[in-house]
Amino acid sequence: MKPRVIPCLTISQEKLVKTTQFHNPRYLGDPINAVKIFNGKRVDELCVLDIDASKSGTEPNFSFLEKISCQAFMPLSYGGGVKTLDHAKKLVKMGYEKIIINTEFINNPKIVSEVSSQIGSQSVVVSIDVRMTKNGYKVFSKSGSFETAYSPVDLAQKAEQMGAGEILLTSIDHEGMMTGYDIELIKMVSSATTIPVIANGGASCIQDLSQAISVGKAHAVSASSLFVFWGKQKAVLITFPSENKLAQFGL
Amino acid sequence: MGNVGSISNMLTELGIESQVSSDIQKILASDKIILPGVGSFDVGMKNLKSRGLVDIIKEFVVAQKKPILGICLGMQMLGESSEEGIEEGLGLLPFICKKFIFSKDDGLKVPHMGWNYVTPPKDFTDEMLHKLDNNPKFYFVHSYYAQPIINEIILLETSYGIKFTAAVKRNNIVGVQFHPEKSHMYGMQLLENFSRL
Repeated sequence: MKPRVIPCLTISQEKLVKTTQFHNPRYLGDPINAVKIFNGKRVDELCVLDIDASKSGTEPNFSFLEKISCQAFMPLSYGGGVKTLDHAKKLVKMGYEKIIINTEFINNPKIVSEVSSQIGSQSVVVSIDVRMTKNGYKVFSKSGSFETAYSPVDLAQKAEQMGAGEILLTSIDHEGMMTGYDIELIKMVSSATTIPVIANGGASCIQDLSQAISVGKAHAVSASSLFVFWGKQKAVLITFPSENKLAQFGL
Repeated sequence: MGNVGSISNMLTELGIESQVSSDIQKILASDKIILPGVGSFDVGMKNLKSRGLVDIIKEFVVAQKKPILGICLGMQMLGESSEEGIEEGLGLLPFICKKFIFSKDDGLKVPHMGWNYVTPPKDFTDEMLHKLDNNPKFYFVHSYYAQPIINEIILLETSYGIKFTAAVKRNNIVGVQFHPEKSHMYGMQLLENFSRL
């Protein structure tokens, strides 16, 4: 199968928002509307992230997430405030094929082995958010607000050991900037693990998506700004390239 | 995996009236049944039994000859048995379910999870495949697959390490291993085709 191209919807207080380097969320609209548009554009997979939950210590907004899931005609992954096996099972039951764990993996790495042994590793994604610091690339948790001691490679390898099925790798520095992916970061992590790495953060055009796969060696690509903005003025417009267009770039 | 709510919404999107129910009267009064299924074979069959639905489904499908579409585990339950459990299936179609077994060298993980292309048997046409001749793909999540006892019931095939049956049909009885409600335009076309049977 071709490499996966996954739009990423970042949600705050049940609204669709878009941040820049994890700051300054800009209101875009109703997430359910975005899901319906993506249905029509034949998007093969969608990622939904609640960007407040880990910072505020709240659990996933299940009733809202159920509404999203019922409207989506493609497989879904969800991350944001997932802390327990119960959370994961509840999400799977309501139609989320993959559960994304970020902050809780750093607080309690065993959560990943617990969840993957129950729902299967294919359904567990560890999300790793990275910033470049004076000490090199470092992993940040709680929506980028807390610097950990981990390097992305260390954490990715730990995730693989604990039973994660995939890694969602986000460059906080590139996120929302639309200046391309951090190819070095992607290459570094992809070559350090055998589980698939989904590149995220920075895509500005289809060529960027293609580059993350061919040069970065990512298994799949995720993007947000590219699919919710249009033009230099960043007008809000939900789009997704046609199958033919993607195929032209090897996707 | 999969979602009853998504099936309902997909049907609504297609302008097809539907309701989610395990009420015997409502079921018998309807024109067609979609039997979804998530989880393990024995749990699925035990649930049908405990709700008195096994005989009702057989009445609906065999006596009344009304259409039924089984999705994922729902398809597997239409068969005779599964390696996953000890319960008997509904026995409405001649197939059993087997587990995917791959060696470490195959590099293939179980469950089979992801999009995959499907093809009908050579020179085979059916109303269920109307407008699905454009290299269709569907979303799969399963660890067990159907193995037909009679090849005539094969509607679609796919490959995952091995070639296997992705969908079955005989007259009014249809089963799909994949999730139409997770397969956007392809799933919608399939549900529309089923609604016209």
